[in-house]
Amino acid sequence: MTNNTPTQNAHSTEIIRRSLIGRLLRNPLTLVSGSFLLILVVSGVFAQFLAPFDPQATDINAVLSPINSKHLLGTDSAGRDVLSRIIFGVQSTLISAVITIVTSIVIGVPAGMIAGYFGRKLDAVSNWISNMLQSLPAIIVLLAVSASFGNSIFVSMFVFGVLITPGFFRLTRTAVMGVRNELYVDAARVSGLGDFRIIIRHIFGVVRAPIIIQAAMISGIAISVQSGLAFLGLGDPKLISWGVMLNEGFVNIFSSPTLVVWPGLAISSTIGAFALLGNAIRDALEDSQKVETSSSKSKYKRNSSKLATNDSSKSKSNHMLTVQNLSVGYAQGDGSLKKVVSDVSFELNKGEVLGIVGESGSGKSQTAFSILGLLPANAIIASGHIEFEGHELVSRETGAIRQKELAAFRGKRIAYIPQEPMSNLDPAFTIGYQLIRPVTQILKLSKDEARKKVLGILDMVGIVNPERVMSLYPHEISGGMAQRVLIAGAISCEPDLLIADEPTTALDVTVQAEVLDLLRDLQKRLGMGMVLVTHNFGVVADLADRVIVMQYGKVVEQGGVRELLRSPQEPYTKILLGSMLEGKTPMTMLTESQRDSK
Amino acid sequence: MLGFISRRLLSGVLLLLVTSSVAYFLMFASSNSIAINLLVDRPILARYFDWLGHAVTGNLGKSWLSSESISESLLSRLGVTLTLVGVVIILAAIIATILGMLAAVKGGWIDRLVQVIGITGFAVPNFVVAIFLVTVFAIQTPIFPATGWVPFSEDPKQWLMSLALPVSALVLGTVASSAQQIRSAIKSVLERDWVRTLKSRGIPQREILFKHVLRAAAPAGLTVLSLQFVGLLGGVVIIEQLFALPGMGYLAVSSTTSGDTPVVMGVVVYTVILVIVVNLLVDLLNGWLNPKNRVK
Repeated sequence: MTNNTPTQNAHSTEIIRRSLIGRLLRNPLTLVSGSFLLILVVSGVFAQFLAPFDPQATDINAVLSPINSKHLLGTDSAGRDVLSRIIFGVQSTLISAVITIVTSIVIGVPAGMIAGYFGRKLDAVSNWISNMLQSLPAIIVLLAVSASFGNSIFVSMFVFGVLITPGFFRLTRTAVMGVRNELYVDAARVSGLGDFRIIIRHIFGVVRAPIIIQAAMISGIAISVQSGLAFLGLGDPKLISWGVMLNEGFVNIFSSPTLVVWPGLAISSTIGAFALLGNAIRDALEDSQKVETSSSKSKYKRNSSKLATNDSSKSKSNHMLTVQNLSVGYAQGDGSLKKVVSDVSFELNKGEVLGIVGESGSGKSQTAFSILGLLPANAIIASGHIEFEGHELVSRETGAIRQKELAAFRGKRIAYIPQEPMSNLDPAFTIGYQLIRPVTQILKLSKDEARKKVLGILDMVGIVNPERVMSLYPHEISGGMAQRVLIAGAISCEPDLLIADEPTTALDVTVQAEVLDLLRDLQKRLGMGMVLVTHNFGVVADLADRVIVMQYGKVVEQGGVRELLRSPQEPYTKILLGSMLEGKTPMTMLTESQRDSK
Repeated sequence: MLGFISRRLLSGVLLLLVTSSVAYFLMFASSNSIAINLLVDRPILARYFDWLGHAVTGNLGKSWLSSESISESLLSRLGVTLTLVGVVIILAAIIATILGMLAAVKGGWIDRLVQVIGITGFAVPNFVVAIFLVTVFAIQTPIFPATGWVPFSEDPKQWLMSLALPVSALVLGTVASSAQQIRSAIKSVLERDWVRTLKSRGIPQREILFKHVLRAAAPAGLTVLSLQFVGLLGGVVIIEQLFALPGMGYLAVSSTTSGDTPVVMGVVVYTVILVIVVNLLVDLLNGWLNPKNRVK
């Protein structure tokens, strides 16, 4: 759903940026962390004027004095004013962050751009260097640097900047690789811009925000490392640093425990401010692209009174499956609900096959998942209810999916055949395990009995060497075979209702026919009811007794399969059928123009 | 598989060679070592090859100060460091997996808690946590020793006590940064098609989570933990110093302060070897977890 390509991002950059600043300013965390960092910068720059004392001035008469009106945070073991030293400590802290950031951006971003854009050997080499840098523990390297170059904050933070370069390198490289083959870069190439200008102009727009986020995080890490070095006594002796203060405080921890509190607090809140700022920017960026998730579910109240009047005959239906006024939606970033299924009703009797036909995005799969109770976590059932043999699967009153009821039915009474065979088997377990386990669970058979049963079913679905297939992993079998395995899995516990979601779409044409034959045969033999979701009228004509045509989440037309195919009433059904009769599946949205004209 | 291992090994050896060479030239050609350079009248390149020749046989030379064999003194300290890092990694892996799983599956307040832990653990460096722990649990209420190390063989109970504070100080940060990543790894697995299909087959939720989802998220989790291991080898330096634990990091700091360059060099070499070994182990484990790579 949030499959935004970089192209889209670039096109909408302007809009995002404007709303981004608004979003950021509305977030209290940004305000707190931002103003904290601003105060920090100001006090670092004007430390001379702000600090009440000379940070190095010792006062033997006021050694380790507690908090008082003269020394607001007390004094240290040499009688130096703690507050003044904290204020001056800002300088070394921020300098270390700046050196690290500048170094790693100056090296990492261009390297990432070049590696990502030109690829091949250059990419392999820089990637190897990047991996190497990432496998070196920073502190150990910095110790080695100290051992050779002495304790200079500039040298050690420069080296740390180099060490942390992979952070920017990877980010830029990935972004550039993604953008490289996008259409607009090709367009720019055709229009005669030089390679270098292409990179700068198009790619910088994409990586700018992630770089800012990364810079905030790395600032935090740099401060932590610099304080750590200073704490170890390997900091710059000329600079006043929170890490040194922490060390001095730790030495005097018995006589004056508060001494460690101030530098500890200063270090943690500064790093925390950077982290919060980075997080806030990331959240703001994500919010402007993503829909809001389940947390806002409760906002959407169901209109249950309306339902009750609609549904005056409260007596339990005689149908095996009843879906009534079902609406499913997803919450959007602006607080609205985007409905993908609206007001869909249908019934299904024992042994009957119902085809649900529509283009992709018509809501047919979402309808099927509602019956199984397997909608994505952020989906909301906005209205309607679902009943299976008198049991409510989706509650009439609350619209909640009754997972407990469903759990008793799933696999046992209601089974599911997915669309894409290869992605629906767990790659880490053998076919045999994945088929036997549900049988032992649902039918309470022993492993051996279940194994025998599964072998029989595999034989029934036309797998030639069941013993061997059972021992294979999903990647070792073909798509057609995987679909047979999935069908076997669905029918292994003799369900009454089979939900088949485009069971043949992902298969080769020849295999499609075989699988359809198999499904028809099994359905007849086991007398299963079946909801068959497909975009293909051919499949419907082959298997279904009744048909529902869906478009934009709504039922357009429904009826018996013969009548509907012979004399469709609605124009949309005619268009859909027309495209089928030419023997083609619709490649594009047929009705884009229709929607526009509305 | 064998080709894969030998490629990774080769890459590791190359990494070791490059890093140790860079470290050697930086350390021994720089100004701090001039006094020593004057004592030795051979050019640095020749001395480098001498060093390399010995290093390959496991001989890293002698300390300038104590004349002890560097390999021996490093090996005697390796146990402390590895114990510390190992216990931290295991504890952090368990806690982060539980938190990450809960956050991914339940969402809501646990998800927010993991985020808060993430930011807190990032913001408060391990040595600040350590100082806090020492103040509260060793000085104000003396439950644990503030410093020192008791070998397991001497007194297992005291060993545990001496480990408690340093381990706790390191666990917070490690959990903080890995729990969120494990959470997103699990979340992305939960969105896979086969998870839905397993649910449709009537497999209990608990079994799906702990048998299938955890298994599928394991490679990502292992990668996170291997990066944490690298971070810990650095973090442990300050912690060993703070708690006066006789590990490799402690030796590294004291030799850096005293200018005992060959020992620092030895620490670099040992650290890189540790990183290579752990990365190789993670690669092997990941290969074993993926049936596509398993040899039949």
